[in-house]
Formats: sequence, structure tokens, C-alpha cells
Amino acid sequence: MPIAVLLATLIGLTVAGYYMGRSRAVAVGGHGTRHLNSLPSYYGLYVAAWCGIPAVSIVVLWLALEPEIIRALLVATLPDVAGTWSDGTMALMLNDIRNLAGGNIVSRDVDPELRTAAEYYAFLRNTGFAAMAVVALAIAAGGLTYGRRAIHPDLRARNRVEGVLMVFLIISSTVAILVTIGIVLSLLFEAIRFFQRVSPVEFLFGLEWSPQTALRADQVGSSGKFGSIPLLMGTALISFIAMCVAVPVGLLSAIYMAEYAPPRVRSAVKPALEILAGIPTVVYGFFAALTMAPFLRDWGSQIGLSISSESALAAGLVMGIMIIPFISSISDDVITAVPQSMREGSLGLGATKSETIRRVIIPAALPGIVGGVLLAVSRAIGETMIVVMAAGLAANLTVNPLQAVTTVTVQIVTLLVGDQEFDSAKTLAAFALGLVLFFVTLVLNIVALTVVKKYREQYE
Amino acid sequence: MSNAASPAAAAPRLAAAPTPTSVRVKASLTRRYRAERRFRAYGIVAILVALGFLVLLFSSIIGNGYSAFWQASLRLDITLDATAIDPDGTRDPDTLATADYAGLIREALSKRFPGVSGRDARRKLFGLVSQGGTYDLARMVSADPGLIGRTISVWLPLSDDADMLIKGHIPRDVAEAERRVSDQEIVWLDELAAKGDVEKKFNVRFFTNGDSREPELAGIWGATVGSLLTMLVTIAISFPLGVASAVYLEEFARKNRWTDLIEVNINNLAAVPSIVFGLLGLAVFLNFFGLPRSAPLVGGLVLAIMTLPTIIIAGRAALTSVPPSIREAAYGLGASPVQAVFHHVLPLAMPGMLTGAIIGMARALGETAPLLMIGMVAFIVDIPHGFRDPATVLPVQVYLWADSPERAFVEKTSAAIMVLLAFLIVMNAAAVYLRKKFEVRW
Repeated sequence: MPIAVLLATLIGLTVAGYYMGRSRAVAVGGHGTRHLNSLPSYYGLYVAAWCGIPAVSIVVLWLALEPEIIRALLVATLPDVAGTWSDGTMALMLNDIRNLAGGNIVSRDVDPELRTAAEYYAFLRNTGFAAMAVVALAIAAGGLTYGRRAIHPDLRARNRVEGVLMVFLIISSTVAILVTIGIVLSLLFEAIRFFQRVSPVEFLFGLEWSPQTALRADQVGSSGKFGSIPLLMGTALISFIAMCVAVPVGLLSAIYMAEYAPPRVRSAVKPALEILAGIPTVVYGFFAALTMAPFLRDWGSQIGLSISSESALAAGLVMGIMIIPFISSISDDVITAVPQSMREGSLGLGATKSETIRRVIIPAALPGIVGGVLLAVSRAIGETMIVVMAAGLAANLTVNPLQAVTTVTVQIVTLLVGDQEFDSAKTLAAFALGLVLFFVTLVLNIVALTVVKKYREQYE
Repeated sequence: MSNAASPAAAAPRLAAAPTPTSVRVKASLTRRYRAERRFRAYGIVAILVALGFLVLLFSSIIGNGYSAFWQASLRLDITLDATAIDPDGTRDPDTLATADYAGLIREALSKRFPGVSGRDARRKLFGLVSQGGTYDLARMVSADPGLIGRTISVWLPLSDDADMLIKGHIPRDVAEAERRVSDQEIVWLDELAAKGDVEKKFNVRFFTNGDSREPELAGIWGATVGSLLTMLVTIAISFPLGVASAVYLEEFARKNRWTDLIEVNINNLAAVPSIVFGLLGLAVFLNFFGLPRSAPLVGGLVLAIMTLPTIIIAGRAALTSVPPSIREAAYGLGASPVQAVFHHVLPLAMPGMLTGAIIGMARALGETAPLLMIGMVAFIVDIPHGFRDPATVLPVQVYLWADSPERAFVEKTSAAIMVLLAFLIVMNAAAVYLRKKFEVRW
């Protein structure tokens, strides 16, 4: 792995730069370090920064751009017919060339032209890497020399090093923004490609969802139906069932723990509830599919109800269990944040504890609780594994919790898992669904966070 | 105020209540106290319901999964016939590895049950022993060619259906057509068990093998290594970036629109559904940058982006809890702001940051949905060796096994969940320990 060797060399040079810079600083400082502007180690870091940062940036830049550059050079040398090839043929051809150069199995007979191309490809890669390595090492050496020569007692090495550090900190803090932009752009870009094939009106208001596009145009159902209403209804139904479990249980247990429970009970029960929050969702999904769904089905057949084995009820109930600790911990926080004076005022007027809670504390804490519930709803909407494993695939438009429904996240997973060509309407639909999911949860989150924040300011 | 405005309205009401207030209050007290007790009971019931679910979840997983740590095995006397294994006597490793060991096992079984004849019956008999037995024999002979020509007594794994029957997961009392093991097979197995030739052995394969289509051969080692590689990438990216952003936002950034925007952004990213990060990974890392599918490298990148907000938020909380007096003392001794932060504040905040990072890692370790998007759901038998090898991770392995129809995969799935939960418990315990040990109350 020559890239590892190169990076190790660069790191070695950087470390050497640090020590050279430090000893150089001590040397030019004359007697001791009293006349130096900064501590000697800052001169070391200064030289190391000059040596390491530009060289490593070059390597990273090359690694990012290499495939594109080599592809462009390679395509230019392919036989003239290349101009008439479709994108797919071209991709296949390039893949074969790469495999041949790498010594792997190739999907066609190896003719001399292909062999030449493969040799040229290997040549390009090797030359490119060698050139890059030479340039990077030269830059490192140049930086080292420059940094070392720049050292003299008046050089404000500490300020320079701190400046570099600050740039790194600022770049790190903008990563969060870049991620958001990346999410929005990638979803939007693919969704626009989807909407070129399927009209947004059909997508947003259509009542039928059957993305199975047939292989040949003359087969039945070759067009596919992309109406998202059944998915949105299914998501809403399952989230509603989950909330019906999570809100009462979570809220009441939070009230009990904040207002009634002795400290010993509280310190034992609170971590136990947090365990529920730490269990991976795939475990809940397995529990829903293996235990909850068959249990509900058998129980239903005993009392004469026909409950589907992929019912919305099973998925919703288990999702509710998952969300209990979420609601209880937020509610607990908000309830304990209600000022003690309000409790004392109410108790002093002769109210019982439960009356105080119902008439004073809950109304005071209501905005925070509502914010918490909204965050929980957004989590329920975006939850994937439970519904993938326990809810169905059939896009029924129903509000009957005993039937199978499907959700937005289930469809995203089923559309994208497995090998598919990337630009069919079917796969692109997943991105359109992702966009809807992202915006719905975004709005919920912003509203919830604003509500919670307002509430906190009120009592602080 | 209303009294002052309408004294006339208040007067008749007093007149209509001849009993003194204390009497009325006393009369209502029983009802109010009952309501009080009821309300309290609701709270207790809610907590019991939540804890009941927790117990139900754990008992269902453990009840289903504990038996997977044992594997029913069969003792057979196998004659390692030199003419069958190595007819030329070359002891060539390739010959030894690819010899017809299945034939030897079949022979030994026929010898054991000489009365069995007919194609169907013989096939059933031979089906009792798992294919894994062949690999075991091949490994033993390759390791010690001196065994050839001798008769050895070995424990070979039973097939998944026989295993399920012995563990009692396949009921014996239903009609023959309704279970996967026939009456004849039960008779054979009972006969073997009566002679002490069937025993449940500790299932080493489960911890050392990769995935397999045969439940009795499937193991979690491949997925564990995949998880480990993925987590390495995740922590290597998200921890430095998270700490750096937390330090910048908390210690250096001026309060302005830009930093407000970053803050809102981070809080929102923390609540974005995880599957959206998977879509981002698919569109950006796989399609745009052309990184390999199913690779721990990409999985780690996606999970790093996902955990970044958690680490930043925890890091900022840890930095805020360091009192300003520390900074001021550093300034007083002539430190620059950067020196004050990096030499004094950051070391004190480190335990809190590490705790946040470990909790973020625990979440990432249990995450499945985004990894499905970037193709980590492939069926992969080999143990991954590098960051670009195709791999899967523990939660995805759980998902894959949960989808398999064989009864034996139910216990494998539960056992894999137990291993996953064990990892999570260890990580969370480490976080709690760190917090308890290094927490400073200022």
C-alpha cells in the first residue's frame, strides 16, 4: 500500500520539522529562550505546519480527483466509436478495463484493444501516483526549509500557530452546515430527476402506490403508480398508535418520578427507563415481528377479530414502547424546572398534591411537554427498523389499525435495498420520499425546539 | 377584583351557602383524597407498564436466544480411509483439503444404522449431520495427516432441524406432516441420544464463523469485525471534528447570525431521522465520490456524520460546566485565550466529552437503517480484512437473520442481539464509570 508509505513519510517529515524548528529556535534565541517571542515548541509547531499541511492537502486533493482525471484521459484514447456509446456501455467498458488492469475477471473476451487500454490505465495510475508523491514530498521539503529559515527571535510563532488552529476549528464547526446542505442538495437533486418522470401532483395527492415497474414496456403494470397518500396515512396511523402508548405512560411516569417518588426509587427507575432508550431499534423490530405480532393475532382470533400478522397495531405498540423514555425524560426535565414557589403557593392554599400537579404544574409545564411530544412524533415518523420488520409492504389506504399498512421509511428501504439501476423512477422515488420525510421532521423539530427554548427562558 | 366590581353578585352566593366553608371542605375531603390516591396509582401503573415491557423484551430475547450458545453434536467413529482421502499417498495439502469427507461421514452413518435402505431413508439419515462436519474433518486431517488410515471418534455438528428438535424448539407431539423432522429421524436421534452419542456442546462456531446459509454454521465474527472497523472510522472522524466544533462554538465564536445558524443546524441534525443520513451517504459517497458499496469506510463516514451532533452537544455541555474562574486564572498567569482553552479548560472537560462520545458510539453501534441504504446488507461469508472490503455489522446481521425463514435462525438472531446488547451495556457502563470517576463538582 504505497499510499500508506507516503503518508507515513509525510508524518515523519512533519515530526522531524517540529524538532528541527524547536532546536533552531533555541539556537537563534541565543542565551536561553528569553529573547524569543514565543515558547520554542511554538516554533516547532510552526515549521511542522508549513511542512505537513500543504503536502497532506495535495495528497487528499489527488485522492479525491484521481478517478475523474484518469477517466477523462482514458476516454479520450478509446476508439472513435466511443462517441456513439451509451453511458451504460461506456461504464461497462471502463469497468472491464479497470478489472483487467487489476487482474480480476472480465465480462468479455479480451481483445488487444482492451489490453492496450488496460495497460494505458495502469500506466496512468502509476505515473499519476508517482507524480503526486514527488510533488507532495517536494512541497513538504520546501515547506520545511521555508519554515525553518523563517525562524528568528521576532517571529510571532504562537500567533501564527494559533491562527492555523483557529482556521481548523472554524472549518470543523461549519461541517454541520455542510452536512445539512449536502442532505438538502442530494435529496433535492434526485427528487427533481424523479419529478421529471412523475408529476409532483400525482406524487403528493395520488391515492395509489405501486412502484413495481415492469421490465418490458408491454407488461402489465409497466408504468407504476407513485401516489404517496397511502404511505403518509400509514405513517400517521402507526405514529398515532405509538403516541397513544407513549404519551400517557411516559407522562404519568415522569409526573410520578418528579413529584412523588422517593429519591431511592427515582435513582433506580430512571436508569431502567433509559435502558429502553438505549436498545437498538432493530431489536424492537425483532420483538415486534416475533413476539408482539403473533401474540396480537392469536389474541384477536380468540375474540373473533381478524388481525393481520403485519398489523399497524403491533408496529405502533412497540414503537410506543421505544418512545416512552424519550417522553418521560423530557417531561421530567420540564416538570422539575417549574419553580418550587408555584408548588408551595398551591399547596399553601390547601390543594392536594394531585390537584397541584393537575391545575398548576402541568399547565405551567405544558409548552415544554408539547415540545417534547412533537420531538417524539418526529422520531416516530422517521423510525425505520421497527416498521421495516413488523409492518407490511402493501400500501393500503386505511385507518384500521388491525390491517397491514406501510410507511414512508419502509418504502425507502424496499426501494433502495438490493441492486437496482440508479436512474429508474423506482429508485428515484425513494429520494422524493426522503425529501418529504426530511421536511416534515425538520418542521416538527424547529417548532418543537422553539417551543422548548421559549419555555426554558420563561423560568430562567 | 371581580368582588370589588360586583359586590351584589357575591352576596347572594354567600347567602345560598349556609354551611361554613370548613364543613364543606371536610365533606369533600374523602373524595379528594381518593382522587389523590388514584392519581398516584396511575403514576405507579405507568412505571410498572414501562418496566414490564422492558422485562418482557429481555425475557423474550433471552428465552429465545440462550440455547444458541450450545450446539447439538453427534459422536461418530469415522474411518479415515487412505484410499478415499489420498489415493496417491502424496499428502498434497490440496488433495487433503478437497477429499470426499462427506462420503466418509455417510459411510460411518450407514455402519451405525445398517438396517437403513432406500434412497429416501438414506438421504434423511445422512441429512442428520451438518455440512459443517465435512469442513471439520478436512481441517483435522489437513492439520494432522498422520490421522489418515486410523479410525477416530469425533463430535460432528447436527443439522439445524435435528438441533432444534433436541433443544425442544420443534414439538414432538404434533402430526408428522406439520413438523420439519420426520418420525424416523426422531427414532434415530433418540437411539443415538440413549447411547450418549448426542450431546450439546458449547457453540464455538457462533463466535468464530462468518455468515452462512446453514443456521448451524452461521456465526457473528464477520459482523463483529465489520462493526469494529466501522466504529473505528466513525470515532476517528467524529471525535476530532466534534470536539473542535464544540470548542469553537463554546469558547471562541462570537454570538452572531452565523453561529446562531450553526447552532440551530446542529440541534436539527440531532433529530433528523437516521435513514436520511443513509440517503445522503448513498447519493454523495457512493454515487458522487464512487466509494465502494458495503464497505466499513462508507458506513463509518455515514455514522460519523450521524453522531457528530451528539458529540458536539455533549462537548459543549462539558465545556460550559468548567467554571470561568479556571479561564480567568489562566489569563491572569499570562496565557493566551487559545492556551487557556487547550491547556486548562479542555483537559477538565475531557471526561464529559468522552462520555458523550461513548454514548454517541453506542448509538452508532446499534444503528441499522442508514447502513441498509449503502448496501451493507449483502450476504457476506468472509471476514472483512480492510476498510474497503465488503462487510456487514451486528445490527444488520440481526436484521438479515430475522428475515430468514429457518426456525434455527430465530435463536441465532436472539443470540446475536444478546451479544450486541452486551457490547452496548459495556460501553454505557464505561461511560457511567468515566462520569463517576472524573466528574468534578465545582
